[in-house]
Parts: sequence; structure tokens; C-alpha cells
Amino acid sequence: MPYVSNEEAKSAVQDRTDAQPAPGRLARLADSDIFHSFLRSKITVVAAFVTLVLFALALLAPWVAPHNPFDLASISILDARVPPVWMEYADPRFLLGTDDQGRDLLSGIFYGMRISLIVGFCSVFAAAAIGITLGLIAGYVGGRTDALIMRIADVQLTFPAILIALLIDGIANGIFGGLDRKVYAFYILIASLALSFWVQYARTVRGSTMVEKNKEYVQAARVIGIPSVIIMARHILPNVMGPVLVIATINLALAIVTEATLSFLGVGMPPTQPSLGTLIAVGNDFLYSGEWWIAIFPGLALALLVLNVNLLGDWLRDALNPKLR
Amino acid sequence: MKTPKIFAAMLLAAGMGTAAQAETLKYSFQGTLNALDPYGLNETFTLSSLGNTYEGLTRRNENLEIEPALAERWEIIDPKRWRFHLRKGVKFHDGGDFTAEDVAFSVDRVRSEGSDLTTRIGPDVTVEIVDDHTVDFVLSSPNPILHSEWDTFYIMDKEWTTEHDAIKVTSASDTTPNYAGLHANGTGPFKIVSHEPGVKTVYEKFDGWWDTPKHNLDTVEFTPISSDATRVAALLSGELDMVYPIPVQDIRRIESNPGTTALTGPELRTVFLGMDQMRDELLYSDVKGKNPFKDAKVRKALYQAIDIEAIKSKVMRGLSTPSAIMIAPALFSGADAFTRYSYDPEAAKALLAEAGYPDGFSVGMDCPNDRYVNDEAICQAVAAMLAKVGVKVDLNAQPKAKYFAKILASGGYDTSFYMLGWTPSSLDSWNVLSNLMNCRDEAGKGSPFNIGGFCDEELDSLTQQILVEIDKDKRDSMIGETYKISHDNAYYIPLHQQSLAWGVSDEVKLVQRPDNQFKFRFVTKN
Repeated sequence: MPYVSNEEAKSAVQDRTDAQPAPGRLARLADSDIFHSFLRSKITVVAAFVTLVLFALALLAPWVAPHNPFDLASISILDARVPPVWMEYADPRFLLGTDDQGRDLLSGIFYGMRISLIVGFCSVFAAAAIGITLGLIAGYVGGRTDALIMRIADVQLTFPAILIALLIDGIANGIFGGLDRKVYAFYILIASLALSFWVQYARTVRGSTMVEKNKEYVQAARVIGIPSVIIMARHILPNVMGPVLVIATINLALAIVTEATLSFLGVGMPPTQPSLGTLIAVGNDFLYSGEWWIAIFPGLALALLVLNVNLLGDWLRDALNPKLR
Repeated sequence: MKTPKIFAAMLLAAGMGTAAQAETLKYSFQGTLNALDPYGLNETFTLSSLGNTYEGLTRRNENLEIEPALAERWEIIDPKRWRFHLRKGVKFHDGGDFTAEDVAFSVDRVRSEGSDLTTRIGPDVTVEIVDDHTVDFVLSSPNPILHSEWDTFYIMDKEWTTEHDAIKVTSASDTTPNYAGLHANGTGPFKIVSHEPGVKTVYEKFDGWWDTPKHNLDTVEFTPISSDATRVAALLSGELDMVYPIPVQDIRRIESNPGTTALTGPELRTVFLGMDQMRDELLYSDVKGKNPFKDAKVRKALYQAIDIEAIKSKVMRGLSTPSAIMIAPALFSGADAFTRYSYDPEAAKALLAEAGYPDGFSVGMDCPNDRYVNDEAICQAVAAMLAKVGVKVDLNAQPKAKYFAKILASGGYDTSFYMLGWTPSSLDSWNVLSNLMNCRDEAGKGSPFNIGGFCDEELDSLTQQILVEIDKDKRDSMIGETYKISHDNAYYIPLHQQSLAWGVSDEVKLVQRPDNQFKFRFVTKN
């Protein structure tokens, strides 16, 4: 039997996957089906543009926001509850008016969106990481491991995600109750969102993995003795990432809304680091007194953000679906 | 013409049905009623709620005047001996008889360890049972206001408490309340039939009450609703008959809504800020090795950095009275002589620089968010104002249950800078002095609510003299002196007296007392 070392076998496989086609990446993208489908759909182009603008405003909040709502020295209670500029008694410094503490709402929305997006992205990454890992293991190993992981997933699917997030948040707050809420609220929120959204990834990845693992390239890799972990991560994973990308995009919108809901209920971000949900919760107290702008504008920002991310997600799902091409 | 007649008859029947129907009062407060132990928490809402079930030897009427309750009458036999004649034939809710034994038992229990109401009756007072319905209180020195706080010193049944092994007081920070913390057995007009802390408490009329009821209620349901907007919505929709407090911004809305009224009036509560002046190093600050609040200049700087008029106009929407002293002007005749230190951020900065903090410092602040009118908003505003003179405030706003468990004696006075409101339940300055202004030790012996723990011997000795002084003018001038000492040293930063704001359905008639206690026995509903 000719001796082939593991190293050599691996590098042989490596060579094949690393082979670059002639055109550059950008040119390849411009020529791809996906890009054509993107340009064909007007709504998607608009949604992508709005999303980009919102992301940019959120990321660049410290530079584009007219005020810094977290700098206590710069706010004055005397500016409290100033209406938006087009109304009576407005102040030109505050385009969308101010909240009950005299903080500029527009700046508050930029900063709040930043926190919403950071929490959204982090929780999606965390959920995807958990879900993909468990999904790969379940699909590849099969048997009892598969049954165990998938039953846990099934049980979790019977609860609404928001309930699970509330539960985790409640328990975590109970455990860490003595600590400073400002420090850990952010991490608890991400953990609770991640733990409530991992199931979808796991199920999708498991399904695709079960299809892939019987294909020839996986069998070939197995025959030459590559460890299972490497097969899962290097060979199967790249081939199951398409659906994951779609779920991740749609889940980003869902995570943002869930985060806002938790914050609105008072278990998410504290008022000192307001996300959009916290801003809406603050404004909610003033709805009856006619100071509608404190709740409405953060609400509109949230709706706009979620709508556009959702539109992108929908398009991505259709574009990556071979049956619809 | 048959149909209209039937219709009219039906209407009539419906109308009569309503008249005969049991009257249920549904109301809500912003905070929860946790333990039912009447000595567990010295806090207005808890005492107010329990005052519908329990009664003291005395009670206060609509105008806050003391009147007999469980004691029919009392006399001062000599300045050091008060004799109380107890009402005969009074029954507890479980059917037990009210006797002198119960009074003696309650006195022991209210002064025992774990009680939050130890100041109700001094340690020097001894109780002598003369007969089943006569009790003598023997004092070591005269005290003309001995009974002034006894309307909230509720009498418990000795047999019931002993039988259920609940003699030890369940304090606010205890996580496992005993039987008396979950059940109530008083002599008052309403018995508690079910109590789920934080969810719902149901009261039922007590038919065996000794007094003639002026109310017409059969059942009372209490539900805590912490969200201001939700609470107001529940009133506007008619789901609740009474909610309090209502946020100041919603008063107009409630007034303009047909069927609801906003009741506002001055409250006797003084809201103020206190600072830890006891520890050598603050628990929550970047200043290490020393305590900036021990320096009167720093305290005065903080005082002058706060723009109380802005808080009044913007946070309180005009519904507050800025205060220079630690008691409401209605309760102290010499209050006019005091004015607040002016709002002057420049002077504050200069004072801080003089004290050795030209760049300010950081400090953690504790604040309740469901206790006083706009408490958290006030704290946020204060934090922003202090930031302008360089003091960086790290605000920790919590629900009152957690808040009080942290900052009070039961939590080891775990705070550096805090907000508190105080209504002297005796309606007299001595209560303020003995609770807030005297020295205390680490366990809270002395002035238990002097959370900052400052200690001024002069204040202590004046307090002792005021207690025994019978001449009103002399007494008032000494009281004035104590407030002057407190003002000059800025031991506290008084903010304001808030206004009461209750939202009431037009179907309900009630009495809004300035001490913010809501008593069902004054309520009628039609």
C-alpha cells in the first residue's frame, strides 16, 4: 500500500479549493447572477441604499450627530421636551425636538441605533456560531448526538423567542443582580438573544450537512483520513453557508426588534445607554401628554431599519434559491 | 306600547341591580406592597396600605388631627406617666379579643431587632398593664409628643402572632418573610383576603369593625402598576377607579377626560439628597483615601450646582415647592426665615477648587425610580447639573424595593449619594431630627435614617432638649436653631416638597390627605 501522508493529502485538496479563476473578485461579482438580480429589483436597491445610510449614520454617530446625548455636561434640563422644529415653541438646535431630560432626539436616535445594531450583529454572530456548530455536529455525527441536539432544538422551538430571551435575561439579572447593571446588561442581552435564535441555524445546517456528507468529496476526504473536525469546518461548512447567510440577514431584523422589545419592557439596555427600544420606552410615558415626538421618532427609526433589513433578507433568500432562478 | 314598558322595566331592573351590587374599589399605585408585616418597612405607602387592616391606639382624621382609635381616651397622669384606656369589645379579624396584652406585645415587637419602626416608641419607655383595658406608659423624661406617631404604630394580636411563630420582625431585606409578612390580622375596617406580593392584594370589608363605617365598599383590589402610562391608561379606560401618583405631564389629560379628575394638593414630604459623611473613603467614587463629602465646601458646592427652579419648571411642571429646610413649611412656623443657597455653578466650581477638587470627582448615586414624583428624572437632571461643575455622577436608579434594601440600615447603608423623601409622621420637627439628623452607629442605632451618617453633637443635644420642652415658643426657636445648623453645614441638600397628584374616577369620593395616605374608610363609590 503506497504511503500517503495526511499532510500531502490535505495540501492536494487545498490546491483544488484555492485555485483562483482568472477574473478579479469585483469583476466576478459584477458578472454574477446575484448582482443582476439585485439590479433588477428596484425595491432592493432602495432598501440597500437606505440600510447603508442608516448603518453609516449609526456607525458615525459621534461625528454626524449634532449633539452628544451621553455627555451630561452638555445637556440642560431647561431644554426638556422641546418639540420638533416645524412646531410652535421649537428650538432650531433640535431638529426632531428633545426628550424629557433635554437630550436631542435626532442624536439620541443615531446613538440608539448604534447600540441596537451592535447588539443585533453580535447576537446574530453568536447565534450563528452556536447554531452552525451544533448543526454541523448533529448532521455529521448523527445517531444519538443528533437526536439529543435536535430534540433540544425542537423543545426550544415550541417557545416564542421573546419568551426565552425574557427568561434568560431574568435569570441572568437574578444571578448578577448585585453587579453594576450598566456593565453586564449589554452582554446578557446578546447572550439571551443568541440563545433564543440558534435553533434555526442548527436545523438548516444539519439538513444541508446530511446532504453534503454523503457526497463524493466528503467521502474522499474521509478515506484519506482527515479528522472529522477538519472535514466539517473546511469541507462541509463552505457548502452550507448560503442558507445561513439568508437566515442571518432575516434574523438581524428579528434580533433588532426583539432587542427593542426587551429594552421597552425594561430588561434590555438601561436608560444610561439607550437603544431604540429604550428610547421608545421613555417616550411612552409622554404619549398621553401630547409630547408624541419622544416616542414616535425612535419608533419610526426602528421601523425603517427593520423594514429595510427585512427587504434585503427577502431578496437574498429569493436570489439564492435555485428553484426561483 | 308594550315594548317600551318592558324596556323600561329592564332598565329599572338593571339599575336596581347596580345599586344592590357589591361595591368594589379598584386602585393602583406605582410601587408594590411587599411584606405585610406592619413593622417591616417604615415607608408611607406600606404603612398607608396596612392602615386599612391594622389600627393604632390613635388615628388621624381627614384633617390629620389625632383622634382615638383602639384607645378610647388617654390622660397624662403625671408628665412621665401616660394612661391609655383601651376600647372594649374590639375584635381582631380572626375573632381574637383586643386587650392590654396585645398592646404590651406590640410595643416589645416594634422595638425588637429587625423592626424598621423602632423610633415609634423610645427604648426608655416601659409599659405597665393596669387591667385588661388600661395601659400605662412610663417615661424616663417628659415627652409631650409621645403618641404623635402612633397612628402608624399598629397593634398586633399577641395570640395570633405567637401561634404562627411570627414574633421576629420580617425586615425589608429579608427574602423569606414569615407568617406575619404574608398574612395580616388587624382590627381595621378591611381584612386582607388574598395577597400576592407585586401582583394583587384583595381587601374585604370587616363586618366586626368597632366603628360605624362611613365608606360603602365591600371589596378593594390593589394592583401595582409601575409604568406611568399604563397606570393612567387604566384609569382613563375605566378599568381602575383610582390611581396614584399620576405623572405631572398627564394631569391635563386626566382633567379633560370625561369621568376622571386629577386631585392635586401640597404634600408634606420633603425630597432631599444625602451624602455619605461617615466612611473615611466613599464606596463609589474615584477619590481614594479620603471622603470629599466630609468637607462642608464640597456639600455646599453640590447644593449650589443644582438649579432647583429648572427642576420645578421642567421636571415637576410647576408642581413642587423648592425647600430650604428639611421640613414642609406647613409643619414649622419658622420656615420663612430660611432661603436656599442660590443656584450658582461658578461659585460651586470655586468651592470645589477650594476644597481641593478643581477637576471635580466621580461619585455613584442611588436613586429610586418608583417612589417619589419623577424621582429618576430628578436624579438624571441633578446628574447633568453636577456634570457641569465637574462632578461626574454614576446614576443607579432602581425600584424602591431594591433601593431601600440597599441604602437603609438593613442593607448596611450601601450608598455614597442618595435621594430620599421624608414625611414626619408625627407632623412635627422632632421626628425629622430624631430620624434624620442625629448621630448613628454602623448598625443604625441613633438616627436610623441618617443614611449619610453625619454626626453633630450640637444637633443631638438640641434634639434631646426639644423632646422635653413644653413651652412652644422656646421649642420652636430651638427647632429653628437645628435647621440653621443643618443649613449652614449643608448636611443635606433639600430639594422640594412635591405635590400630590391622584387620578380619581368621578364615581369615587375620597379624601386626599397631605401625608399621601390613602384610607379606604373615607371612600364612597356610587
